[in-house]
Amino acid sequence: MARTRSKRRQQLEQLVTYPLDWVEERSGFVGAVKYFLFRKVPHDTNWFHTLGSATLTAFIVQLVTGVILAFYYKPSPNEAYDSIQMITNDLTLGWLVRGMHRWGASVFIILLFLHMGRVFLFGAYKYPRELNWLLGVLILALAMLEGFTGYLLPWDQTSYWATVVGINLNATAPFAGPFISDFLRGGQEIGTNTLSIFYSTHMLLIPGALIGLITLHIYLVIRLGVTSPPWSEHPAGEERVEVVTAKRGLVEPRPRGNGPAADEVVMRQPEP
Amino acid sequence: MADELERPEHRESEPHLPSPTIWPFAFAGAVALILLGLIVSLTITAIGVVLAVVFGFLWIRDVTRDLRGEPEPVEAPAPVVVEEEEGVESERYTRSKFLEASTLGIGAAIGGIVTVPVLGFAVLPAFVNQEYPEVDLGALDNYPEGDWVIATFTSVPEDGPVSRRTAFVRNNGLRNQVPSFTIISNRCAHLGCPTQPQGPPGEPADVETSAMPVTLTSTQPSGFGCPCHGGAYDIEGNRTAGPPVRALDRYEYSILNGSLVLGKPYSVGHVEGQGADATIFRYDEAVDPGVHVDGPEQILYPYVP
Repeated sequence: MARTRSKRRQQLEQLVTYPLDWVEERSGFVGAVKYFLFRKVPHDTNWFHTLGSATLTAFIVQLVTGVILAFYYKPSPNEAYDSIQMITNDLTLGWLVRGMHRWGASVFIILLFLHMGRVFLFGAYKYPRELNWLLGVLILALAMLEGFTGYLLPWDQTSYWATVVGINLNATAPFAGPFISDFLRGGQEIGTNTLSIFYSTHMLLIPGALIGLITLHIYLVIRLGVTSPPWSEHPAGEERVEVVTAKRGLVEPRPRGNGPAADEVVMRQPEP
Repeated sequence: MADELERPEHRESEPHLPSPTIWPFAFAGAVALILLGLIVSLTITAIGVVLAVVFGFLWIRDVTRDLRGEPEPVEAPAPVVVEEEEGVESERYTRSKFLEASTLGIGAAIGGIVTVPVLGFAVLPAFVNQEYPEVDLGALDNYPEGDWVIATFTSVPEDGPVSRRTAFVRNNGLRNQVPSFTIISNRCAHLGCPTQPQGPPGEPADVETSAMPVTLTSTQPSGFGCPCHGGAYDIEGNRTAGPPVRALDRYEYSILNGSLVLGKPYSVGHVEGQGADATIFRYDEAVDPGVHVDGPEQILYPYVP
């Protein structure tokens, strides 16, 4: 009985591992994902370090809900308002997806700022991570632009006049201002093209740029590693020796020369 | 050469390259000429056919020289290269360098050819051929002398309601036997919100015109006010309070077949005097709200599209 079960188990395992091995052999993707998921981080990371992934999750929610909203939204001045009303009131669960996109936008921005605050207060923007800070600033600016362009799309009184004011605020910028406002409007006056310019910018141009920038941002996080909090006992860049405590069997990195007494532990040099 | 002499049996199995020739290029050019001629003119096709036959013959003659047993033309012996002094490497332009440069160059050219027009299309339509259409505001009888009328009109009929605009119109009566009007845009000079007349509005009435109907509402305002940020203007559109940077924009107008016809809007610094005798300190074009047209701040906006 036990033998058949283990054979069955073997078969099941193969069912999972075979396609994974197939992909890994041809692409190395599985190894890359493993490297990403099981990379080393400081042992004193805490919940504040999850704000970055939380922001990424909010962004993915915006991507998915936005793509689905685009199934039913019609970016023309004569149809936009009615299609939003239809999504909200008539279509099954449309209120939910539109609500997720609308409130999720604020969640995304709030999380961006919290993440930025964490990075600032932990000093995680310092060498060698300055470039990642700059990428983050670009992401923040583009996220704000997403908010600005998305606000017009419901095409109600609030969004229309808020966008009129927003565009004219851009016009007051010295030298380039009048050109920026004309570009945003697609001409001297808000017209039929303005809404489609905002729509295309909101759902194609900026999201594409954001996906690229976020990819670079995460690449640098993996390459440079995560910073310890400022109250960490371990100075940054310190060489660690892996220490296995005999009692608990846990692997804990400890600073060199500061570990438990020799009779309690087994020293294990890192493999070359 | 020495190798081949020592081991002649290997010669047959070695790859045998045809002798170098430039005629394939000329032949390809002739074929291109044929194809071009099919579009442009059959004369060019005929020339292309003749050239293709000639160059094709030359090509075949070159390629089959070996088979026909003709000796290959003897190349001039390579000039003896003087050995460079050791340690001094002469700069060489190798084949791989040439290929690298030409790949980059052609890639940049293709990229430019594709990108520049697309970028132009992305930006230029917002700036080129921007014109304000003329709008028929209805017969002059609808504008009693000395009274204000709120006129709401569709400036571009094809665009529909998105192009609805509002202007405040006052008939100033005759000046030098010519009717005079004051037509003020309702667009606030602060950030573009719609200003409202400060006074009770009458009943709106639709008036037929030569184009779209115009909605006219009589009113007796003491001035104009903006609901967004509290900008206030007097009856001539001069700023009296709040954040606006200049007076309200005005419209040019003309009178055609007894109808008031709206022209293009223009920006106004300020207005002195009243009604038909007012002196308007105007600018050629309508600029965006918030853009200074006078005062020291105007140096911040030297170019306005």
